[in-house]
Amino acid sequence: MAALVETINLTRYFDIGRGQRVHAVDDVSLTIGEKEIVGLVGESGSGKSTFGKTVVGLHGKTSGSVKFRGETLPQSYRPADFQRLASKMQMIFQDPYSSLNPRMTVGEIIAEGLRLHSTLDRKQVQARVEEWLVRVGLQAGHMSRYPHEFSGGQRQRIGIARALILEPEFVVCDEPISALDVSVQAQVINLLGELKETLGLTLLFIAHDLSMVRYVSDRMAVMYLGSLVEIGKADAVYFDPKHPYTEVLVGSNPEPDPELERRRPSTAIVGEIPSPVNVPQGCRFANRCPKVLEQCRSVTPQLITLKDSERQVACHLYN
Amino acid sequence: MTGVMTSPQTNPALLEVRDLAVEFATYGGTVQAVRGVSFSVEKGKTLAIVGESGCGKSVTVQSLMGLIPMPPGRITAGSARLNGVEVLGRNVINGKDIRGSQIGMIFQDPMTSLNPTMRIGDQIAEPLQVHRGYSHKRAFSEAINLLSLSKIPEAAKRARQYPFEFSGGMLQRAMIAMAIACKPSILIADEPTTALDVTIQAQILDLLQDLQAETGMAIVLITHDLGVVARVADEVAVMYAGKIVEQGSVDDIFYRSAHPYTLGLKLAMPTNDPDKQHKLNPIDGSPPDLFAPPPGCGYCQRCPFSMKICDSRPPENFEVAAQHFSRCWLHHPQARISPAAPSIPRELYVGERA
Repeated sequence: MAALVETINLTRYFDIGRGQRVHAVDDVSLTIGEKEIVGLVGESGSGKSTFGKTVVGLHGKTSGSVKFRGETLPQSYRPADFQRLASKMQMIFQDPYSSLNPRMTVGEIIAEGLRLHSTLDRKQVQARVEEWLVRVGLQAGHMSRYPHEFSGGQRQRIGIARALILEPEFVVCDEPISALDVSVQAQVINLLGELKETLGLTLLFIAHDLSMVRYVSDRMAVMYLGSLVEIGKADAVYFDPKHPYTEVLVGSNPEPDPELERRRPSTAIVGEIPSPVNVPQGCRFANRCPKVLEQCRSVTPQLITLKDSERQVACHLYN
Repeated sequence: MTGVMTSPQTNPALLEVRDLAVEFATYGGTVQAVRGVSFSVEKGKTLAIVGESGCGKSVTVQSLMGLIPMPPGRITAGSARLNGVEVLGRNVINGKDIRGSQIGMIFQDPMTSLNPTMRIGDQIAEPLQVHRGYSHKRAFSEAINLLSLSKIPEAAKRARQYPFEFSGGMLQRAMIAMAIACKPSILIADEPTTALDVTIQAQILDLLQDLQAETGMAIVLITHDLGVVARVADEVAVMYAGKIVEQGSVDDIFYRSAHPYTLGLKLAMPTNDPDKQHKLNPIDGSPPDLFAPPPGCGYCQRCPFSMKICDSRPPENFEVAAQHFSRCWLHHPQARISPAAPSIPRELYVGERA
């Protein structure tokens, strides 16, 4: 599979004053193949959203680089870069309530990308917006309404239409369903799936719902405190986790199946994700890891590919 | 209405809620948030109330706690008996406030539910001072015990800290410590882990189960997460549009689901059971407007099995098996599933486990 998006040692720190910095994304190298869905999971504060935003250029890069179809993208974007790249890379945001401008009509929101990035005239833009409203399961007549008149699921559809009307090749979906109810989540996931097929999209699907990520993704990447700890086929990572953190994450994910839950040993681990300001030396998971070794506290494990598999794990247990 | 859920004679219910109805007067009209809800909770058991946002699950428990602001809220009907004593609409019984002493409650967002200007220990001590008449000194040292009971390390030091010095998971532990301070017989947990990560969620659920085993308190857990329900519940009530549509043991609900909404929810979620993989089947449409609730079944607009009667008459509460109730006309002996309706194979729904 040809790589569409490639991050190489991508790093994003945030200075928070007094010489301190948040290590939000640290040295992340991830390749996303054409027409592939890569799921990115991790706890809050693990840097998954920052990673997604840095990839599409909403954050500048502290170091490292992002390649799109082999072309290295600028370190931080100028308006002209957005102008050029927005029609190729788009983003769908988590919160369908705060990510839509309440003063703009739905038609204006969806049309904005086209107005800025295409040469279509007003009539053509309107026709495209109507087409997309129907495509995402709304009605053409909804154009003149405002976001507050829609439910969460409908707003997320508006967000999807806004992102996809430019027919980008690559879309970062940042927790697109976590604000929605279960019955509506499935509507949005199926819509994304259909659009992915018809438009040949490549997706980075960021979420904390492991079951949903496993269902949606081809490959799954697990992030902990700014770095990638495991990458592999989604089913393989879920059913046969290699990294102790992935094991804990999967073990903590409650399944809607009482029998399974009764049989399952308690995997609750002690402690919480440490602050990304003072990142521990060595493996970042060492202080919570049930299988910690001596060297974990001093030597940072590198992502290595396991024998006879596509699985990559950053853990000394596999060295 | 037939068959209100009753508990076996040998084990009288600790909390018995009957036909509870709550509405809110707003500028846009009256919202009928809870439209006749009945359930009971036994000592030492966990009842999970599941449902999507706006189904009335939080309003139901808030009215038990006397937390509904009135006006605009109004309890229009029903009763709730705790150990046989009516609690609805009165927070003080026999000169004692039941809130915080006999019923404890924890909330979804520990960040905003605690007082940011008070030390954690003082907040936990407060119910002991109010309900038990403890001195501040005695209450504070009890608060430290409660914090360590909730498995907070260095409890004595932590008790002197403020909420901003705690992480989300630690705050939820502190809130649990506060809720169980007066050894309530019921703990109401309203989405206690929704704001937390899965690893922290597992810790909190374990803690709740440990405390329940130790104290024998009943837990009423409000959640929208069927995984959490499967993990901790003994009994389950599924709510939709202000009513309980299905209720029974956790196995009844998951393996012998009877109501189309429960079935729909299960099919709308991915399963990690390799033998039961299916494509996600969303429930089309959205819940009804509770300003003008439909005269019939609240779910019939979205239901693949709906019949003519569903539109006009609210379904009775059918007992489909012992202690397993479903509010759906399909269980009527004369009901026939309309051949045009079900596009989803029914076998998929009623997946019984061998």
